[in-house]
Amino acid sequence: MAETLTLGKALNAGLRRALDSDNKVVLMGEDVGKLGGVFRITDGLQKDFGEDRVIDTPLAESGIIGTAVGLAIRGFRPICEIQFDGFVYPAYDQIVSQVAKMHYRSQGKVKLPIVIRIPFGGGIGAVEHHSESPEAYFSHTAGLKVVACSNPQDAYTMIQQAVLSDDPIIFLEPKRRYWEKAPVELETPPGTAYPLHAARTVRPGSDATVLAYGPMVRTALDAATAAAEEGRELEVIDLRSLSPLDLAGTYESVRRTGRCVVVHEAPTNLGLGAEIAARITEECFYSLEAPVLRVGGFNTPYPAARLEEEYLPDLDRVLDAVDRAFGW
Amino acid sequence: MAKGERGTATRARPAAARRRVNRNAADPELVQLLTPDGERIDRVTGPDGTQYTVDFTDAEYRALYRDLVVVRKLDAEATALQRQGELGIWASLLGQEAAQVGSGRALRAQDMAFPTYREHGVLYCRGIDPIMPLGLFRGVDQGGWDPNEFKFNMYTIVIGAQTLHATGYAMGITMDGKVGGDDGEAVIAYFGDGASAQGDVNEAFVWSSVFNAPIVFFCQNNQYAISEPLERQTRIPLYQRSSGFGFPGVRVDGNDVLASYAVTRTALDNARHGQGPTLIEAYTYRMGAHTTSDDPTRYRIASEVEAWQAKDPIARVRAFLEKQQIADADFFAEVDAQAKQDAVQLRERVLSMPDPQPGALFDHVYAHGSPLLDTERAQFERYLASFEGGSH
Repeated sequence: MAETLTLGKALNAGLRRALDSDNKVVLMGEDVGKLGGVFRITDGLQKDFGEDRVIDTPLAESGIIGTAVGLAIRGFRPICEIQFDGFVYPAYDQIVSQVAKMHYRSQGKVKLPIVIRIPFGGGIGAVEHHSESPEAYFSHTAGLKVVACSNPQDAYTMIQQAVLSDDPIIFLEPKRRYWEKAPVELETPPGTAYPLHAARTVRPGSDATVLAYGPMVRTALDAATAAAEEGRELEVIDLRSLSPLDLAGTYESVRRTGRCVVVHEAPTNLGLGAEIAARITEECFYSLEAPVLRVGGFNTPYPAARLEEEYLPDLDRVLDAVDRAFGW
Repeated sequence: MAKGERGTATRARPAAARRRVNRNAADPELVQLLTPDGERIDRVTGPDGTQYTVDFTDAEYRALYRDLVVVRKLDAEATALQRQGELGIWASLLGQEAAQVGSGRALRAQDMAFPTYREHGVLYCRGIDPIMPLGLFRGVDQGGWDPNEFKFNMYTIVIGAQTLHATGYAMGITMDGKVGGDDGEAVIAYFGDGASAQGDVNEAFVWSSVFNAPIVFFCQNNQYAISEPLERQTRIPLYQRSSGFGFPGVRVDGNDVLASYAVTRTALDNARHGQGPTLIEAYTYRMGAHTTSDDPTRYRIASEVEAWQAKDPIARVRAFLEKQQIADADFFAEVDAQAKQDAVQLRERVLSMPDPQPGALFDHVYAHGSPLLDTERAQFERYLASFEGGSH
């Protein structure tokens, strides 16, 4: 039975499911209680699950993650909300030095099933520190897993799967897509749904492969629609899992198409696209008709809101890269 | 304490010492129950009016002495092992034995401890095999124990990070409904004077206060953060920091095992009964280097070390035991012999610690594994097998 939900409401429904299925699941963050979060993703949850399960925390990000570590050691499964991407850095030490390493250091004796939800990316006209794409910092860190949802169905399913995981997960939410609607199948149990750490081909095509995740999946699909009108069929793959990467389907696709463009909002320099390009080159070297090209944010700080349209990859910049791949 | 000694009432000594009040004129806010020359102070009033005392049997006094001696001896052995190249580094507790044994013995079985990397004495008092942290310092593992099995978290190297973990764990105690009675649980978080400047420690104070978490912050002020003196971390006595966060603080003579025990026991009991956090500043001195990589002669003078030598945490207990005729020469000799034997055993076991297998570096990165790591492991194994003889 599918219900049409926004991505934000789908997350809310997924979180509700997670809280409902295990009383060790707790949700914590700034303004997640009465207010329901600044994006209302946790709307109504404190009312239904109580202040002990949906915890309004002090305004201290390192504290949110550090106390979640202690709660997890005691057997809880914390879901931490970081209010905006640019505010995760005070917690960076706890995430990288503690959360990521605890399982390794303890030789598997300490599991930290912590989900760290971060609304990420730009496009909402926000002031500085509210539009960043920090995924490479976390994907680079062994011990963390990093996923990004791109649509309401995935938002609903992936958040529940993340909560069920015994590994700590950075859960990236494409904030500018919170209001996009789609039918969501609510009854499929997370265990039998499409796996969390698997990429998915969201549009088949034969001429070039476009990889994207999070907010850029919609952009890539729009680009593919436009390209089709010009007679080019783009295959679009939603990576979904940024760490570990699931590139088996990508390799198969690139061997068919011979061309690949990776799209993300984060700056290209040492970004996820660089790693993906290197791996595709190693695996598909003899199939490539052109180098793997990257479309991303420029290597500047995130700009003022009235410049963000210039900064952010859009349909035209994706198609420009596809053109360059064909013209190589 | 050795098996059988604790809680075995031999003869009660309610008036073993002359009844005295805190005579510590130099620092009236320092809670002390045993002076450096071994005089027992019967009862002391803390800054908030709390009365501190201990009521130990002779056997319990002797057991505390044994703890102190064994812990110091094991520590000295570890330092020697580092000097001989058998440990990569060692963080010595020399001088801080009383703070650690006193607070460690104050813990009840259900309590949880979050140590730094120097709490070898607390670990010992939890009844944990002293070999356990040596793998970390030898470099054969990174801790590798289960905090819930031992009620003792893994050592934390990043300064102050564990205070937040401890706070979260304590919040969990409340959420589990395990505060409010004698069987309630409490947490102790260890850190040092240097850590008091860290954001995480201050956030832990905020969180524990607003959530009224059952936690005791046990700050061993050993006067130095590597080379930097206390004045570089604070303008006020550290124990007074807590007042700004809304919970009590107390300074205890960290070289006095009895006072360290009494103050910690009271604070833990308050926490387990739902009265929230306490900050304890155990005023002590790091007699040795920060770690074996450090050279303290570059930043402190010999006369300062000598002055603290006169406040030695073990000598005062021995003086007390002798004066009160609680222990005789045979006892002291026997304790020394046991400590020596424990040290020899520790040495032998460290030397026989096996190095991990090369492939172990891929183990336990994730609970559910990772295809990337599976691939890397397979490639690495093929690489190793490519050498003559099939291994590197």
